[in-house]
Amino acid sequence: MEWIYAPWPWYIAGPLIGLTVPALYLAGNKSFGISSTLRHICAACIPAQVPFFQYDWKKESWNLVFVTGIVIGAFLAATWLRLPDVEIRLNPELKIDLATRYGIHSFHELMPTEIFGYQHLQELRTWIFSLFGGFLVGFGTRYAGGCTSGHAITGLATLQWPSLVATVTFMISGIIASWFIVPFLLSL
Amino acid sequence: MSTIPSPVECKNESSVPERGFSLLKYLIIGILFGITFVKAEIISWYRIQEMFHFQSFHMYGVIGSAVAVGLLSMQLIKRYNIKTFDGEEVRVTPKKYNKGTVIGSIFFGFGWAITGACPGPIYAQIGAGFIISVLTLIGAIGGTFVYGVFKEKLPH
Repeated sequence: MEWIYAPWPWYIAGPLIGLTVPALYLAGNKSFGISSTLRHICAACIPAQVPFFQYDWKKESWNLVFVTGIVIGAFLAATWLRLPDVEIRLNPELKIDLATRYGIHSFHELMPTEIFGYQHLQELRTWIFSLFGGFLVGFGTRYAGGCTSGHAITGLATLQWPSLVATVTFMISGIIASWFIVPFLLSL
Repeated sequence: MSTIPSPVECKNESSVPERGFSLLKYLIIGILFGITFVKAEIISWYRIQEMFHFQSFHMYGVIGSAVAVGLLSMQLIKRYNIKTFDGEEVRVTPKKYNKGTVIGSIFFGFGWAITGACPGPIYAQIGAGFIISVLTLIGAIGGTFVYGVFKEKLPH
């Protein structure tokens, strides 16, 4: 039964994610994209007379049902398909770098608990990495008209050049942020 | 397969109204997706830093093979004119290009590197028990809201 707890390699996970594109189209002509759910949540909860949020979000409730499934699936996998306290097999260089420079060594979790652990809720750093980072994700994806799923996967799979521009841009800006902004924020 | 313009960039091209049990299939696809996210460690902040530091092929393999399989399946749908389960023609919403495609993507890339999550993994992190990711989600909803409020004033 050991295999059931083992992490999946990219050549299993990637094709499964890729199949989501035709699966959603064939299930009901739905275009795979996740950042749109953030807009539907705004439209449903805080429309506030903003024209951008005046539309029939209930017609898009499939999208909210889909992400509810993501929450449930992640819970199932984290609870029953992963062993606790098994170290994530990262590049050793990254581990050494994070441990020696920033005191991060919670490699038995998928997220560094030194930043994302609820015990650190009173630290500014935790709020920057979650709330502020999340703000950039929400603002940026809607401004760009999509995220990794809508642009990089669906957009490229349907050969749309604006999605190629978006994908190249957010990969480059991610690289810049990971090399220059994240180290600064980690040292806060 | 045809390409049609959409008034809002919403992701629904079906003319069949769906509610109740009809939505169950999206829940099941979502569950499988959430399991994949956790099992392949795609929701991991560490894996995202590793990707942006070119220290592992893992995430490039995931995204690259996802695009390849998606592309191949969409080409098959097009070539053999495969219909949806409701018998509709598959319709793809065109992605429109404007300045926002670049400016927005710059912001998103920064947010992705900082949080270690694009929108899908935010939901998966919450499901996997990382309560702090609720703050990430609130931030993302707030960012979307601010965009909606200032949309007309922003360059596009």
